[in-house]
Amino acid sequence: MDKDNEIIVVRELTKKFGNFTAVDHISFEVHRGEIFGFLGANGAGKTTAMKILCGLSLPTSGGGTVNGFDLCREQEKIKRNIGYMSQKFSLYADLKVWENIRLFGGIYGLSSKVIREKTESMLHYLNMTDLRNELVGDLPLGWKQKLAFSIALIHEPGIVFLDEPTGGVDPETRRLFWEMIYETASRGTTIFVTTHYMDEAEYCDRVSIMVDGVIADLDAPATLKERYKAADMDAVFRQLALKAKRQ
Amino acid sequence: MAVINVKQISKRYGSCVALDGVSLQVNPGEIYGLIGPDGAGKTTLFRILVTLLLPDEGEAEVDGLDTVRDYRKIRSRIGYMPGRFSLYQDLSVEENLDFFATMFGTSIAENYENIKEIYAQIEPFKDRKAGALSGGMKQKLALCCALVHRPSVLFLDEPTTGVDAISRKEFWNMLYRIRRSGVTILVSTPYMDEAALCDRISLIQKGRIIETGTPDEIVGRYPHQLFGVCGEPAYPLLKFLRTCSGVLRCFSFGSEHHVAAEPGVLTAGGLQAAIEGAGFRNVSVRDIRPNIEDCFMELAKENDYGQG
Amino acid sequence: MKGFLSFVRKEFRHIFRDKRTILIVLVMPVVQIILFGFAISTEVYDARVDIVGNWSDPSVRRIAGRIEQNHYLRVVSVYETVADVPERFRKGLTDVAVCFERDFDARLRHEGRAEVRLLSDASDPNTAQMIVNYVNGVLTDAQSDLLLKDRPEPASEASFPYVQYMYNPSVLSAYNFVPGVMGLILMLVCSMMTAISIVREKEYGTMELLLVSPVRPMSVIVSKAVPYLVLSVVNLLTILLLARWVLDVPMRGSLLLLLLVSVLFILASLGLGLLISVIASTQKTALLISGMGLTMPTMIFSGIIFPCESMPVILQYFSDIIPAKWYIIIVKKVMIEGVGFGYICQEFLVLLAMTVCLLSVSIGLFRKRL
Repeated sequence: MDKDNEIIVVRELTKKFGNFTAVDHISFEVHRGEIFGFLGANGAGKTTAMKILCGLSLPTSGGGTVNGFDLCREQEKIKRNIGYMSQKFSLYADLKVWENIRLFGGIYGLSSKVIREKTESMLHYLNMTDLRNELVGDLPLGWKQKLAFSIALIHEPGIVFLDEPTGGVDPETRRLFWEMIYETASRGTTIFVTTHYMDEAEYCDRVSIMVDGVIADLDAPATLKERYKAADMDAVFRQLALKAKRQ
Repeated sequence: MAVINVKQISKRYGSCVALDGVSLQVNPGEIYGLIGPDGAGKTTLFRILVTLLLPDEGEAEVDGLDTVRDYRKIRSRIGYMPGRFSLYQDLSVEENLDFFATMFGTSIAENYENIKEIYAQIEPFKDRKAGALSGGMKQKLALCCALVHRPSVLFLDEPTTGVDAISRKEFWNMLYRIRRSGVTILVSTPYMDEAALCDRISLIQKGRIIETGTPDEIVGRYPHQLFGVCGEPAYPLLKFLRTCSGVLRCFSFGSEHHVAAEPGVLTAGGLQAAIEGAGFRNVSVRDIRPNIEDCFMELAKENDYGQG
Repeated sequence: MKGFLSFVRKEFRHIFRDKRTILIVLVMPVVQIILFGFAISTEVYDARVDIVGNWSDPSVRRIAGRIEQNHYLRVVSVYETVADVPERFRKGLTDVAVCFERDFDARLRHEGRAEVRLLSDASDPNTAQMIVNYVNGVLTDAQSDLLLKDRPEPASEASFPYVQYMYNPSVLSAYNFVPGVMGLILMLVCSMMTAISIVREKEYGTMELLLVSPVRPMSVIVSKAVPYLVLSVVNLLTILLLARWVLDVPMRGSLLLLLLVSVLFILASLGLGLLISVIASTQKTALLISGMGLTMPTMIFSGIIFPCESMPVILQYFSDIIPAKWYIIIVKKVMIEGVGFGYICQEFLVLLAMTVCLLSVSIGLFRKRL
């Protein structure tokens, strides 16, 4: 396969905490421009693996590359070249909308001029031009998530990591959020996303399901459903996750 | 007589209206679901019912007792599991359970029967610190702590948020077992698919109850005709469907798009022809029954218009 | 009662399972006492003294000899011209210059008086003051000696005042610091730890569960207070033992009286802690309020470092509302002066009133709902 076509390449990635193996020799690739769903039950090792991929934690053994940078040696470069958004931490609630944009633009080293342009186009795209002076904490959750997503993309990273981006959001906003994800992916940005909503797994190009620190299966949702003779991804997930042994 | 009776409760935080004239009745021995997204007012309503907050307007009764006047009596009769994991992380499983039992003037031994089924699953880890438990086990421990004094009403505020699909399923099975012992359960959740698991539900959005009934009743009241549409590529198809005449709304639901139309305006065959005509591949269109999520989105729209 | 005991047991578990808490609660007092007692002492050892005068003058030599004997002072240089002194200060070669007038011995002998001038590099005023005091002490002794020896009749025209430090003859700073540190530590441990332990329950959401249980808020408060009361008494005893046997601070008054007053002060601190826990909603806020809002004013206004008497009147009034100030006054009186209850009656009543006030206000504000 064309090496340049892979934005994430992971080989035998392992992370141990004491004698507990959180991530156990996983290997996979993520293609450039695809929406990659990273699923797993609580405690399956999802978060640990994601931390390593974002350059926040070092693997115990094995390795790989993200956007061409080495997971073990080029963590700083990885951090500068990915976008990250999580449900838990996204934006500063006590800063205004434009202040958050400027802050994150500054963090990623964009010039003031670029930040100004980005702010305008972003607010326009999100229909939030009138809200630029609102405190982020005062925005409804759905708006906050959309803004956070846009800000995660401010430095035009090749890949963006979304950690349960839609938790607790109302059904319509959740779908509008996924439409934003589609838009972004169609412009060539790779999306790496975790979620507990199994219907969202269906929206991904390919899905990996982690069980007990290993990748139990990885394929397109349609293929997986066929393989496990399941009506939907929920049933696929349940079949795989039920095999989990560790608590 | 209703075990929980909420009459026209309103609650404001400054200029933000958290609850706006909420009323509901929960019958003895049922699992009643309060379904809505974050920020809809679920937690505020729970806190009023468990006597932690005072309503600005309206009143509420739990087990025939007024939540404001008789708050002390209510507190000894209810079990409450707050939205966040709220146990002592530095105490062991057993110490936590023992502490909450003593707080209610009882002991684990006295009520072992009541919690046995759930506690048996975490008892092997009883010396482990609560902070070191996995998500599913924490949840079981919290449920044990809420049940240890044999409450007659159980309040569970978003017990399954952030919990994976397997643990959620398991949790609901536990709720059914608890219901069998006669406990009335009020549970809130942002997951629409859990609505079907409740006996009766209320959909809540922006501080208002927008619909109440059994899941079947609510689905039966859905006003539009609904089609399930598949085709490739999926996202352009979604955009295309929204431009079709006769289509009111269109959103993706997993691998399918749900297309809502006025009854009698569109047919599955006609829609299929139109989509294929636009060049989409592997197209299939079928008539479908709405689910709670379809209903919620429909009702939420109306509520938005109602509020201006 | 069973519920109460299990609550107290739980509190002790929280304390003993968190290494940081243990560190703050039990180790910090010891460290502070030792730090204040030895390292941060205001005593000056080996202050350098220049003698400016005629070395052949017998009285000058005698006084210089006495200065040399004093173990706080050391003669580093002898020369004749006062004009050299500033240069030596600038180079940091000496701390104080003792300048004798010309023909010092002769004048003293014939006129009965002679002048000595002390020049001090007062860029550090506290140290300078200390050193000058030492030198003065030596001069005073020397003078009375000289006079006694040369003129049998008592001197009426003594040029130096005679100073005696009655309750602290060797002017040990530990006498000041020990009561101060006692006040500070009891205050910190009680109010900060109580506040944090209550606010932690708020932050982790367990307060919600406690409130929803039939337990009365009053018993939540009491069971939070008991463990810290016990720990504070342990701290108090540790400090007293260290003070007595390591820092040689005497215990002149009644130990029982001191303990009684201390328990009263501990209760006042618990009240303050409760008050903070009502205001703060996160542990960080609680820590900040107790750190900045309690510790700082206590350090500044209770007379540990700066004497209250030298503050502007407004600040003096302000210092009156700080419980630690009164407690420290009482401790000094009881420990160092050894007075009985009659002498501390006034301060005791002030402290009592404050305690009652703080406890009732904070218990009143403690919410039975969220």
